Amino acid sequence: MKNGNQLKRREPLTDTQLLLTITICIFIAMYALAMIFLGGGFLRFQQVFDMLNNNAALIIVACGLTIVMIGGGIDISVGGVTALVVMSCIVHMNNGGSIFTAALLAVGIGLCFGLAQGYLISYLEIQPFIITLAGMFFARGMTTIVSLEPQKIAHEGFKALMKTKIEIPWLGYIAKKGNLIPARMEIGVVIALLIVVIVFVMLKKTRLGRNFYAIGGNSQSALMLGVNVKRTRFYSYLISGLLSGIAGFVFMMHTGAGNATNAAGAEMNAIASSIIGGTLLTGGVGNVIGTFFGVLTLTTIKAIVPASGLTKPWWQSITTGGMLCFFIVLQSVVLSQRAKKKAKAKEGTKQ
Amino acid sequence: MQNEVVLSMRGIGKTFPGVKALNNVDFTLRKGEIHALMGENGAGKSTLIKVLTGVYAKDAGQIFIDGVEGEVSIRSPQDAQKAGISTVYQEITLCPNLTVAENMFIGRGNYVTVDWKAMERKAGEILENLGIPARPKQQLGSCSLAVQQMVAIARAVDMDCKVLILDEPTSSLDDKEVAMLFGLMRDLKARGVGIIFVTHFLEQVYEVSDRITVLRNGELVGEYEIENLPQVELVAKMMGKELEELSELNRDEDEASDAGEVVYEAQQLSSAACTNPFDFVIRKGEVNGFTGLLGSGRSESVRAIFAADRVTNGKVRIGGKETKILKPIQAMKQGIGYLPEDRKDDGIIADLSVRDNIILALQVMKGFFKPFSQAEADAFADEYIKALEIKTASKDTPIKSLSGGNQQKVILARWLLTHPQYLILDEPTRGIDVGTKTEIQRLVRKLAEEGMSVTFISSEIEEMLRTCSRLIVMRDRHIVGELRGQELTQSNVMRTIAGGVD
Amino acid sequence: MANPAQKKKMDWSKYSQLLLPLLSILLIVVFNLFRDPSFFSVEITKNNVGNTVLTGNLISILNGASELAVLAMGMTLVTAACGGQDISVGALAAIAGSMFVKVLRSGEITIGSIALAFVCCCAVAIIFGTFNGTLVSVFKIQPMIATLVLYTCGRSIAYWINGGATPTVESPLINAIGSFIPGIPVPTPILIVIICGIIFALVFKFTTLGLFTQTVGINQRAARLNGINTTFIKLLSFMILGVCCAVAGCIGVSRLGLINHETLLLDVEMDTILAVAIGGNALGGGKFKVSSSVLGAYTIQALTTTLYAMKVPSTDVKAYKAIVIILIVVIGSPVVKAFFSKLWAKLKSGKQVKEAA
Repeated sequence: MKNGNQLKRREPLTDTQLLLTITICIFIAMYALAMIFLGGGFLRFQQVFDMLNNNAALIIVACGLTIVMIGGGIDISVGGVTALVVMSCIVHMNNGGSIFTAALLAVGIGLCFGLAQGYLISYLEIQPFIITLAGMFFARGMTTIVSLEPQKIAHEGFKALMKTKIEIPWLGYIAKKGNLIPARMEIGVVIALLIVVIVFVMLKKTRLGRNFYAIGGNSQSALMLGVNVKRTRFYSYLISGLLSGIAGFVFMMHTGAGNATNAAGAEMNAIASSIIGGTLLTGGVGNVIGTFFGVLTLTTIKAIVPASGLTKPWWQSITTGGMLCFFIVLQSVVLSQRAKKKAKAKEGTKQ
Repeated sequence: MQNEVVLSMRGIGKTFPGVKALNNVDFTLRKGEIHALMGENGAGKSTLIKVLTGVYAKDAGQIFIDGVEGEVSIRSPQDAQKAGISTVYQEITLCPNLTVAENMFIGRGNYVTVDWKAMERKAGEILENLGIPARPKQQLGSCSLAVQQMVAIARAVDMDCKVLILDEPTSSLDDKEVAMLFGLMRDLKARGVGIIFVTHFLEQVYEVSDRITVLRNGELVGEYEIENLPQVELVAKMMGKELEELSELNRDEDEASDAGEVVYEAQQLSSAACTNPFDFVIRKGEVNGFTGLLGSGRSESVRAIFAADRVTNGKVRIGGKETKILKPIQAMKQGIGYLPEDRKDDGIIADLSVRDNIILALQVMKGFFKPFSQAEADAFADEYIKALEIKTASKDTPIKSLSGGNQQKVILARWLLTHPQYLILDEPTRGIDVGTKTEIQRLVRKLAEEGMSVTFISSEIEEMLRTCSRLIVMRDRHIVGELRGQELTQSNVMRTIAGGVD
Repeated sequence: MANPAQKKKMDWSKYSQLLLPLLSILLIVVFNLFRDPSFFSVEITKNNVGNTVLTGNLISILNGASELAVLAMGMTLVTAACGGQDISVGALAAIAGSMFVKVLRSGEITIGSIALAFVCCCAVAIIFGTFNGTLVSVFKIQPMIATLVLYTCGRSIAYWINGGATPTVESPLINAIGSFIPGIPVPTPILIVIICGIIFALVFKFTTLGLFTQTVGINQRAARLNGINTTFIKLLSFMILGVCCAVAGCIGVSRLGLINHETLLLDVEMDTILAVAIGGNALGGGKFKVSSSVLGAYTIQALTTTLYAMKVPSTDVKAYKAIVIILIVVIGSPVVKAFFSKLWAKLKSGKQVKEAA
C-alpha cells in the first residue's frame, strides 16, 4: 500500500484542493446546464459581470470570513458592519464630507470592530459566535441610531464615481439593433478582484497566511511549533473587520443608498459561500479562490431558480439552504470517509 | 569521542503541593547514545522531562549542556529549543492540514513571505538524508503515524538539536513502523545526537538502547549499561524489589478452584483499541487480574470486554449463553460493571452531586421513564456513603470537590449499586492513599466471597498478589502467561513480565 | 458528619444559579423605581371587548416575555446537552406558526380545529428539530453551524407553507389565546408559560431527562460508558426545543391574528441565547436550571420594556442589548475570572502582610 503510493508520481489532493475541485466542478456543471437549458442571459458574458457587479461587496466580506474560518473561528458581524459603514458614510458625505474621508471612515469603522472583537475572542477567550453575534446586533442597532430613515447619496463626485464603469468591448454582444453593447464592470468589482488576489497571495505566500492554517488545523500543535496563536487569531478578526469596512464602501458604490436593512443576511450568504467554496467549519482547510466560486455558485443558483420557473419568492432561499445543507453534510462525509480509509489502511498493514 | 557528555542534570528536585515528585536526581546523556529512561507510574519520568524542556521550573539542581558555559537556565519550551533540546511527544504535535515541508519549517525564524520552492527542496534533502519515506508536498495528515513522528524528528534534527527526547514515541505504532523509527534513531545516534528514549516497552528498550536510567518514586535508582542489566532485574528495579529479597509470599487462602461455573467467556475478542484477539474466562466468585507494565494492553483488554471501545470481533458467552455485547449498555444489562482507568475523563461526572454520580448506572439500567424518587436516591446514596465510608460534606456536594480516593469510592458505589455478577476494576487504587487502598482490596475479597466475579488491575504487583487468585500476564499487547495458585509469586510474575529471561 | 449549619448552607448553594438573573432584575426594578415610581403600578381596567383585565408595565413585561420564556426552556436543554446553541428558533417558530395558520384557515375555527392545528404544527416543528438534531448528533456538526441551514431558509419555508402574503385568522377563540380569555384578568400567554413550566417540571420529575442531559453535557465519554445513548439525548433535546418553538409560534400568531413570516419573533434567537446565559447556565453545556433561564427571559423583557419607556426607538434597542451581552460574557470569561481571583488573592495577601507588619 505504502510502496504503491510512493511509486505514484502525482501527489494526492490535499483536503483544501479536493474541496476546491468539487466546488469548481459543480459551478461549471451548473452554469453549463443553465446555458444549455435556459439559454437567454446565461449565454452572454454580461451575465457573469452582472453577478460580479451585484455581489462585489459579498465577495469582499466572504474573503474576510474565509480567513476567520480557516483560523478556526467565525464572524457573523460582517453584514452588520457593512450596513453600518454604508449608512455612516452616506450621512457623512451628505453632510459635506469628502470621498476620501468617507473611505477613511469606512476603514476605521471596520478596523474598530475587528480590533474589539478580535481582542475579546483571542485574548479573553470568549466564544467567537457570541461575541460576533453581539457585534452584529450592535452594528445593526447603531445603523438605525445613525439614521432610521433611508438615505440617498447626494454627493456629486461620488455619483460620478458610481457611474464610472469599465467597458470591455470584446466580451460584449450584438444587440438586436445591430450595435455592440460592451460588457460593463463596476469599479467595485475591480476592488473585489484585487482583494481576492491579495488575500490569495497572503494565504499562500506569507507567514501570517500559513499561520492561519496552522492554528485552524490544530491550535495546540501550532503553539508547540512556535506560532503565536493568540496574535494570529487576533489578526484574522482584524482583517475580517477591515474587509467588512471596505465591503461597505463598495456596497455604497453599487447602490448609492443607505437603509437599515442594507446587506441583510450578508453574513449568512458569506458563510454559505465560504462553506460551498470548500472552507471547513472546523478550520484549517479552505481557499479564497473557492470562496470566490462559492459566491458565483450561490448567485448562479439564485439566477437559475427563477429562470427555471420557480418564480415564487421563497424558492431562492430554500434552495440556498438546501445547497448549504448538502455541502455541510458532504464535507462531514468526505472527510470522515478519508479518515476511515486511512484507519483501514493502517489496520491492513497490521495483519 | 563516544563518551563525550552533552547533557548532565545534577541534583534535580521538584516538589508539588504535598508530593515530592523529584528528589536529588542525576541524569547524564552522552553524545551519540540512546538512553532509556524507565520507571513505573509516578516514578518521576515525565516530571524530569518537563523540567528539562522548561514546562516546569525546577526547585533544586543544575543543568549543564555541552557547548554552553556554566549552568543553563531553561524557563520555557522556547529556551529549551534554543539550548538544543527538542522533544517529540507521543501525540503528534504537528498540524495535519499542512504539508510535510511546512510542518518542518513553520514557526521558525523571521520571514514574511514563504519561499515554497526553497522550503520544499530543503525539506526533501533532509527527508532523503534521514531516509524518511515522506514527500515534502504531501499533506501531513495523509502520512501514517510513524511517518508523522519521523517528520517531527526531522524538524527537531534540522533545528540543530543536541538532545532529542522521544516521549513514548512507539505506543501507537505497529511492529513495522517501530522498526522504521528505530532505524532512524540509530542513524541519528551515528550522527552524534544524544537521544533520551522514554517508553514502557521492555523489549524495545533492549533493542535500541545503550544505557538505562531507572527512577522510582521520584528518586534515582541507578544508571546501567544495557549489557549489565538483564530484563528481569530491570523489572525488579522499576518495581522496587531486589531480586534476592523477593521472599515467596505465602498466600493465606486455598488455591483457586476451577469448579465454579463460568460466568463470562470470550473467544477471539478484539476491539478498535485492542487489536490482538484474546480468549478469556472468568468463574463465579473468582478474582482474576490482568497484569503487565503500563501500555502492555491490560486496560485495552478489559475495555473490550465491556465494549468501551468499538468491538471488532469475537464471541461472548455469559452463563453459557451466547450474547452480543457491542455497547456498554448491553454489558451492563448482562450484569457487568466497569470502573474505568481514567477516573477524570471516563468515570466521574464532575459537576454532578455525589448522589447523582452514585445512582447514575442503576438509573440508566432502570430506564428513561422510571426515575428514582428523591427519597430512593437519597437512601441509595446514604447506604453507600456509609458502607464505603465515603468522606463528603453531604450527598449534594459536587463530586469534583472530593479527594481522589473518595471519588473512586463513589464510582465503585455506582457499580456496586447495580449488583453486577461480574465487576471489572481497572486501577481502582491509583493515586489514592494507603488507607483507602487496603479498604478497596478488602472489599474486593469480600465481594468475591459473596459470589461476585471480579477482574482487578493494578500497577502494583504486591496488591495484585494479595487480591487475585489468578493472574493473566501481558506484555507488548499479547497475553504471555497465566499464573495461578502456587505459581503466584512476585518473582514468577516478574519473570513472566520480563519474558522468561533470567 | 454534616452539622445543621452546613446543611443550611448547602441548600442555599443549590439556588445560587438564580442569583445572577435575580440581581439583574432587581437592578432594573430599582432603576425604574428611581426613574418613575409609578412604573410598576398595576391597574384593573376594562378592555375594548369588555373584559375586566389587569394592565400596567409589570403585566406587559410578563406578557411580552412569554414566547421568549418558552423558547428559553427548550434552548436550555439543547445548550446543556450539546454545548452549543440553536440559532434557528425564530425561523422554526415562523414555520410552526405558518402551519398553525394553514390548518386553521382550512375550515371553521373551533376548539377542536385549534387543537388539531396545534398538533400539526408541533409535528412539523419536531420534524425540523430532528433535522437539526441529526446534523448535530450524527454528523457531529457544531450546533450553531448546523442550525444555520434552517436559519437561512426557515422563514422562506414558512412563506412557502402559506403560499405568500400574510394570511389572517380571525376568531374570538384565537384572540382569547393571544390576549385574554373572558373572565380571566391575566393575559393568556402568561398562563401558557405557566402550563409549559408545569409540563417541564413534570417531565423532569417523571423521566430522567435532567440527569441524563447533564451527564451527556458534562462528560460525554463517561455518559457512554454508563450506558447512556448520547445521540438520542441530543436528538431529544432538539425535538423538545422544536415543540417549544411551536408553542412560541402559536402564541405569536394568536397575538396578531396573522402570520408574517418575516417579522414573527424576529431576532428572537439572540434573546433566547442571552436568556440562557443570564440564567447562569454554561454555554458550553453541562449543569442547567430551566427556571433560571426563564428568569433570564423576564430580565431581558424588563430591560426592553424599560428602554421603550425611556423612549428609545425599538430599532435601537439591539445596540444596548449587545452591550449588556458583551458585559455578561466578559465577566464570565475564564481569563477575566482568573485575573480577578488573582487580584483578590493579592489584595488578601497584601492585607495579611499589612496586618503582620
